[in-house]
Amino acid sequence: MLKLDSTFRWLCFGAAAFAGLLLLGFFLQLALSSSAAWREFGLGFLVSTEWDPVSNVYGALPSVVGTLLTTAIALVLALPLAFSAALYLVDAKPWIGAVLGHAIDLLAAIPSVIYGMWGLFVLAPLMQTRIQPFLAETLRLNKIPFFGDDYNGFGILTAGLILAVMILPYICAIMRDVFRMTPPMLRESAFGVGCTKWETAKDIVLRYGLRGILGGVFIGLGRALGETMAVLFVIGNLMEMPDSLFSGATTIASTLANNFAEADGLQRSALFALGLILLFMSFGIQVLAQSYLHATSAGRGEK
Amino acid sequence: MKATLLKSAAFGIATIFAGGTQLSAEVGSISGAGASFPAPVYQSWTYAYRQTAGIQINYQSIGSGAGINQIKAGTIDFAGTDNPLTAEAQQKDGLAQFPMLTGGVVVIVNLPGIKQGELKLKRSTLADIFLGKITRWNDSRIQAENPAVKLPKLRITVVRRADASGTSFIFTNYLSKISPLWKDKVGCGSSVRWPVGIGGQKNPGVCNNVAKIHGAIGYTEYTYAVEARLNCVALENRSGKFVAPSLQSFKASAANANWKDAPGFYLVLTDQPGEKSWPITGVTYVLIRKDCAPAVRAELVKYFNWCFSSGATAAEKLNYVPLPESVVQLIQSRILN
Repeated sequence: MLKLDSTFRWLCFGAAAFAGLLLLGFFLQLALSSSAAWREFGLGFLVSTEWDPVSNVYGALPSVVGTLLTTAIALVLALPLAFSAALYLVDAKPWIGAVLGHAIDLLAAIPSVIYGMWGLFVLAPLMQTRIQPFLAETLRLNKIPFFGDDYNGFGILTAGLILAVMILPYICAIMRDVFRMTPPMLRESAFGVGCTKWETAKDIVLRYGLRGILGGVFIGLGRALGETMAVLFVIGNLMEMPDSLFSGATTIASTLANNFAEADGLQRSALFALGLILLFMSFGIQVLAQSYLHATSAGRGEK
Repeated sequence: MKATLLKSAAFGIATIFAGGTQLSAEVGSISGAGASFPAPVYQSWTYAYRQTAGIQINYQSIGSGAGINQIKAGTIDFAGTDNPLTAEAQQKDGLAQFPMLTGGVVVIVNLPGIKQGELKLKRSTLADIFLGKITRWNDSRIQAENPAVKLPKLRITVVRRADASGTSFIFTNYLSKISPLWKDKVGCGSSVRWPVGIGGQKNPGVCNNVAKIHGAIGYTEYTYAVEARLNCVALENRSGKFVAPSLQSFKASAANANWKDAPGFYLVLTDQPGEKSWPITGVTYVLIRKDCAPAVRAELVKYFNWCFSSGATAAEKLNYVPLPESVVQLIQSRILN
């Protein structure tokens, strides 16, 4: 009996340790395979905008900036939508909540390549013929630097929109579950002292569910950072610094997907270096999120 | 009980292994991978060959560079590439290279109201569009070359390959020949630093993007353009004549090739002389390993000889030009023997 116990214990320890080793292995593998690029370009790789396979010069900045911009657009668009949807679903009539809730969960189950196809065949032409002319010419946004005259339906804004649709269900589902966990007593008390629905949402549900909201945001962030297929179809795959929200760009993930199969030598090493940067970015976000939650947990009365 | 179980298991495994070795001696299948440029022909060939010879040949269209990497690593039996290796490079990696087919890279546009083949572009104009120096379709230079055509006031969107590709190699090789600025600023390669434009995945991706974007211009292998019913541009060739892409103009261009004096069959066929020559003609090559097993080699020789003798009709149907008899004999005497 005792033997079985300890075997089981070691088995579980092994499984847990395996996850840790896997992560370490990833870091080591990426660092090792990218060493040639770091030796050649140094830390300048991070800020160089050059990507020229003919003269074998590579830089990470266009990919990094494209990744950050598309992710930021996706979050800015998806967050308010997901938040309001989740607030509504918590208080909605049960049958409405059930139908819409399932719809949102199903949205999360759509494979990303389907989003990419939809982006290529529906969204990109729509952007070129309707949305971008409306933004640029009707609203006169082409006069301010972030937009521009040069649009063709592809680019950062289109990619950000697709990512927003993709991460919306994740963020919404997590927020809804967290909001549901607010003790009914707290909410009822708030209503009891005369709070409006908005005040209850703002001061009770939001505060209580902060951890969950951030959790949802970070899940969405993680997915948006690493998303490959859907972005690949609509970003334009231009290895240059974007000069407007309409211009073509590239992300780390789509650069890797486009070039990896055919790359060798220094280019392959540079691609590994990009992978390492992406891993550090996701890792950094996780660490920041954890430490923020830890630092603020006392203020929220969790301790 | 246990012992008998083990014994029978061991026996079972042994039979499986024995069966395995027997199969590999006969060569059950041949696998190739590489260029997507000739993939439509290779796929129709492999299908037809299986019906007659009974051996399975696979060809995966993963791109020229990826094909070269795989054949170097020895994971496939033959590779297809549009970006030829020099004789020294073949020597270094123990590979043998020979040409298989000639085909055309065409320039495709999406211009509402303009009929198939109506648009003509001069050499310098084509280069300047891909350099991003001409940005509107109603630019005076394009209009001057097409006095009879009413050009729309659309933005030009350049579409090119996002992945590394032999088709890009052929196209950028041509641009480098016709434009000193392109040669200087961008250069020639299977993936380059494109000055403008958006990238599509493989030939079908480029066709798709061109079909979706009003005012788009791109380049692709001819068969893909025909299948996607895209509008092909008539281009100015070295003799100053405008030619439309067709099997005849590809043939006219291929007729100039001097394979006999090309070490390792290294030859790039862009910008050939001749009034009827299509300017962007490319050759697609096959690479095999010099150290492959004799049984596999015998099957490869049999297959490629079949391709040269019986595959020509299928190739022409898909708008590729088969090699002339003299070149086939040259390949047979140098490599396929």
